[in-house]
Amino acid sequence: MCETCGCDGGDAARLTTLTAPGDGPGHAAGHVHVHDPVPVPVHGHGHGHDDGHVVTLGQKVLARNDDLAVRNRAWLAERGIAALNVMSSPGSGKTTLLERTVADLSPDRPISVIEGDQETLLDARRLAAAGARTVQVNTGAGCHLDAAMVAGALAALGPPDGSTVFVENVGNLVCPALFDLGERARVVLMSVTEGDDKPLKYPHMFRGADVLLLNKTDLLPHVDFDMDACRAAARRLCPGLRVLPVSATRGDGLGAWYDWLDEVTAAP
Amino acid sequence: MHELAVTESVIAAISTQLPDSRVVVVHLEIGRLSGVMPDAVRFCFELAGEGTCVEGARLDITEPEGVGDCAACGASFPARDPLALCPCGSADVTISGGADLLIKAVEVADDV
Ligand SMILES: [Zn+2]
Repeated sequence: MCETCGCDGGDAARLTTLTAPGDGPGHAAGHVHVHDPVPVPVHGHGHGHDDGHVVTLGQKVLARNDDLAVRNRAWLAERGIAALNVMSSPGSGKTTLLERTVADLSPDRPISVIEGDQETLLDARRLAAAGARTVQVNTGAGCHLDAAMVAGALAALGPPDGSTVFVENVGNLVCPALFDLGERARVVLMSVTEGDDKPLKYPHMFRGADVLLLNKTDLLPHVDFDMDACRAAARRLCPGLRVLPVSATRGDGLGAWYDWLDEVTAAP
Repeated sequence: MHELAVTESVIAAISTQLPDSRVVVVHLEIGRLSGVMPDAVRFCFELAGEGTCVEGARLDITEPEGVGDCAACGASFPARDPLALCPCGSADVTISGGADLLIKAVEVADDV
């Protein structure tokens, strides 16, 4: 149920739009609901127990999310927009990475950001200051973004055709793995302070990744982290996974990340 | 706690399809490799079901085993985790079962 208007659309999250410097005036705050439930046909209707009857559904639990994700994907594809779902634990450096990426790339191409956080506008303000039009989605108690929230955020953002949209998911390596947002690719970030066995502890997240960024490599001399062991663990879950060591604060390895972005955003 | 979102999705799907029914039993399938904890769903179901058509309904959860298919020897074998090795020793394994989350059926009272 929506805390703002009391409707029971069920998918309400608070949305706040922040414009990038030089983006002209404009500030919108509000929330967007997706109210039309996706009907799924009832497959069977048979009689069971004496006190009632059994209705066979055989329906995927996340069918509604998955259906909305399909719509998002089609909406994005029509406009040639590449949306990237960026996921990590809290504190892995997602916002710093995106801030730097926006600052480096946005002069040449439009980038916007859907910033998911349980509370606050802090990260969204940083990304807007770096030059990205940003929509903040505050999920409240929610520990992940879902396809309905992204649909609402895309409508609020109105990203230009052919542009790039980063979806910074809520910091969490468990829940976001389950929810397709309609993204073109999944970027998973972890820092070398987190332990090289992290992929084995969060198999669902790493299994669905398209690229893995190992951040904070500037700290490698100070931590016990085996880069090869981490790479091997991640590739056990996801053979052929691209693994890119970077330091978002110092700028190391960002060239390879930008090359990967060029590749994935250029694909039709 | 994606289990809360999962549980809310279950309730929303049932409410949408059977809006005027009193649901007595909900049959869910939560595969052992789905990444969802059945106990957490049970906990959420009671809370999230209040005031909906599943209030007071019994939750019946089946938990199918994971199944791995080995590319090296062709065997299918029970997989306890997504990193399971085939008994032949190969790690070249595709998970082919036990990862689904399904609302299989609901039992509805005829007294309404
Ligand atoms: Zn084998």
